[in-house]
Amino acid sequence: MFVYYLKLALRSLRRNVVLTVLMIAAIGVGIGASMTTVTIFRAMDADPVPEKSGQLFAPQIDNYGPTNKKVVAGDEEQLQDQITYTDAVNLMNAHAATRQAAMYVTALPVTPPNRDLQPFQAHTRATYKDFFQMFQVPFLYGGPWSASDDTDRASVVIISRGLNDRVFGGANSVGRTLNLDNHEYRVVGVLDRWRPLPRFYDLTTSKYGEGEELYIPFSRAIEAHMESWESSNCAGDVGAPGWDGYLHSECVWLQFWVELPTPADAARYRVFLNNYAAEQERSGRFHWPPRTRLRNVKEWLVHWHAVSDEVRILVLVAFSFLFVCLLNAMGLMLAKIMNRAGDIGVRRALGANRATIFGQCLMEAGVVGLAGGLLGLALTALGLAGVRLIVSESTARLTHLSLSDIAIALGLAVCATTLAGLYPTWRAAHVQPAWQLKAQ
Amino acid sequence: MELGIILKSLRRNKIGAVVIAVQIAVTLAILCNALFIIQQRLAASHRPSGVDEANIFMLKNQWVGDAKDLPARLRTDLEALRGLAGVVDAYATNSVPLSNGGDSEGLGRDPDQVEATVLTAVYYGDEHALTTLGVKLIAGRNFQSDEIVDRDGYNQHIPPSAVIITRSLAEKLFPHESPIGKPVYISFDKHAVPVVGVIDTLQVPWGGGGGWGSRFFYNSILMPYRWSVPYTNYVIRTKPGQLAALMKTVPKTLTALNRDRVLVKLQSLSAARVDSYKDDHGLAVILGTVCVALLLVTGFGIVGLTSYWVAQRRRQIGIRRALGASRQAIVRYFQTENLLIAACGTALGIALAIAANLWMVSSFEMQRLNPVYAFVGALAVLGLGQLAVLWPALRAASIPPALATRGV
Repeated sequence: MFVYYLKLALRSLRRNVVLTVLMIAAIGVGIGASMTTVTIFRAMDADPVPEKSGQLFAPQIDNYGPTNKKVVAGDEEQLQDQITYTDAVNLMNAHAATRQAAMYVTALPVTPPNRDLQPFQAHTRATYKDFFQMFQVPFLYGGPWSASDDTDRASVVIISRGLNDRVFGGANSVGRTLNLDNHEYRVVGVLDRWRPLPRFYDLTTSKYGEGEELYIPFSRAIEAHMESWESSNCAGDVGAPGWDGYLHSECVWLQFWVELPTPADAARYRVFLNNYAAEQERSGRFHWPPRTRLRNVKEWLVHWHAVSDEVRILVLVAFSFLFVCLLNAMGLMLAKIMNRAGDIGVRRALGANRATIFGQCLMEAGVVGLAGGLLGLALTALGLAGVRLIVSESTARLTHLSLSDIAIALGLAVCATTLAGLYPTWRAAHVQPAWQLKAQ
Repeated sequence: MELGIILKSLRRNKIGAVVIAVQIAVTLAILCNALFIIQQRLAASHRPSGVDEANIFMLKNQWVGDAKDLPARLRTDLEALRGLAGVVDAYATNSVPLSNGGDSEGLGRDPDQVEATVLTAVYYGDEHALTTLGVKLIAGRNFQSDEIVDRDGYNQHIPPSAVIITRSLAEKLFPHESPIGKPVYISFDKHAVPVVGVIDTLQVPWGGGGGWGSRFFYNSILMPYRWSVPYTNYVIRTKPGQLAALMKTVPKTLTALNRDRVLVKLQSLSAARVDSYKDDHGLAVILGTVCVALLLVTGFGIVGLTSYWVAQRRRQIGIRRALGASRQAIVRYFQTENLLIAACGTALGIALAIAANLWMVSSFEMQRLNPVYAFVGALAVLGLGQLAVLWPALRAASIPPALATRGV
């Protein structure tokens, strides 16, 4: 029966090529436009650490106080998005979570072993050893540094695969030394390709940017007075002059992440965080009751507007466009089916019941939908290639079609077209055979 | 009257008419909002920066190793740069317009105020900054060399001995008076800092149409610091036509002076502008493409459905022709019918467009829709309807009156 209906559908579609082409083109263009934006939207909205996004949390602590209005990068609750050095050290020392890491970004000059080459700059993340296990960072060679490296301010470094290729020709460089800003570091690990999108753990500058090329212990970076290359907000109080003054100021400039495997752990950590802020109030550092917050990865991404307004607008526009295309296809299908009311009347007179006619017409809509979907897929690929050409490099990273995007495109096309075909099909099924036969 | 007949026949074709009207409505809603967004983004990308973009380039310099003589090194570099043939002037700074990275501070006129009066971008520079940028001093004076201080980090506390502000800042801080000689207070610091000069236009470092910097786009302040840190930005202004050549020689000159450095982000300000607004342009192109596709789809949809109506009414059209209706009358019939449907669609579309815009105003940083766009969009879809209906209508007009006499 399926094959027979399919044959009927194809024959009917061939009878009015112009209308068929118009319908397929309308659906194809609609699917192409909506899938182009949906692909980008899905990439922005993606879960960068699917297995652990519910277990990783970023704590926030109000260290500015309710009266201070100079919050620039904070939210409506005026909670800062980053934390101070004082709080980072205290939270690290408390060990209240399963894993925890404070971090910030700096840039270091790399002097290649071959001294004839000019030094180059590498983006560097200063952090703790837990960073790597917490975020499930894949290693090509070696592994994270040890806890004692963290406390001893050890000159160890973990390098990205790209930098390993560039400096060591892709060889296992664990144990070799790397000159960073005129200081020798021992390579303890080489990362495999790792590029979480969005770069959830640090959204302060580029949400979809490249990751870092070097990772060094936080304690070592602080000892060497490496300044943050990202935002630092000071709310007026910039502390005493010099590096030490800066460290003890109320400037917020560090990201902080904790791993809390169970909801009970998270609840405990919330209490701990609040107690910590209360303790800061008792000790006289804060002059206001504790205000803290703990957000997991998903909440953090929403808070940071990982999906840009522009893309939201585009998705809205694209789906309205798809709606117009479907209405269009529906109108054309109606025209096409009503043109064939005579045929349908004859078929009904010969014994086909309403359900049969309904099924046959719906099959036609499905075939149009599938063809439109395939055209739409081609147009999506073309659309994404076009978008890649005209947007910035970091946005262009979001324009890759995944298998699930392809499935969504085809599914959407068939379902939407069949849905749009329901009314014309229903009209076809209600053709009065007697009336049609009489008219002929 | 013809209108009565049209309405009567439309009633028999309700769904078809509704399909076209809704298509036109949604098309109009998308069209005018899209055009409005395109215009806003393009206008944003053409905001003047206030500096001589065509002849300026920048590069970042990072010293290798923990150098102790940074101010001296900086001075040597700057002297060498200023001495190059073709260079108008050069200086070192924390931030450059259109580079998308910089600092902001709150400014006020009262040392005890809790909330800053205005937010401003902060640029460091010596007495060469104004000539290098090519900004126009409209009141007061430039920095003097004895006001310039070497600053070796953000946390070094030297209150500036003078500042130069933009006209936009002057108007906000000193609405009805001359700011020259009057004190301002920077981010709750109790030091009174005198304003010594006012410049015409200087944008904040951040570009991008929907970006944060757009909220205080022309609020900029210059502080008399030489940015003597391990990483600094050099800004170089060249004589017209020499930019490309100097962008090649400058890195060589600097490396020849001292090899222990990394030079990155060598970029002309015109290239920085393109980068800054790339996503805005991308958005405009995408929306523009969607608009064109939308008009095509809606247009062809009208052609298809009207053709069907014509086919359906061949006999009736034949009868009308036989009874004396002219070809023009038949064409006019379909045009009036389309106008009627399109007008309903347009009314609905304008309502939808305003609703969509209000939603975007409340959810995103978006301005109210300018009514001109609704008007232009309405004209566009009405015109599209008339254009699309023309071909089927002409086909209808060519139906011979003899058809009426023939049996079906």
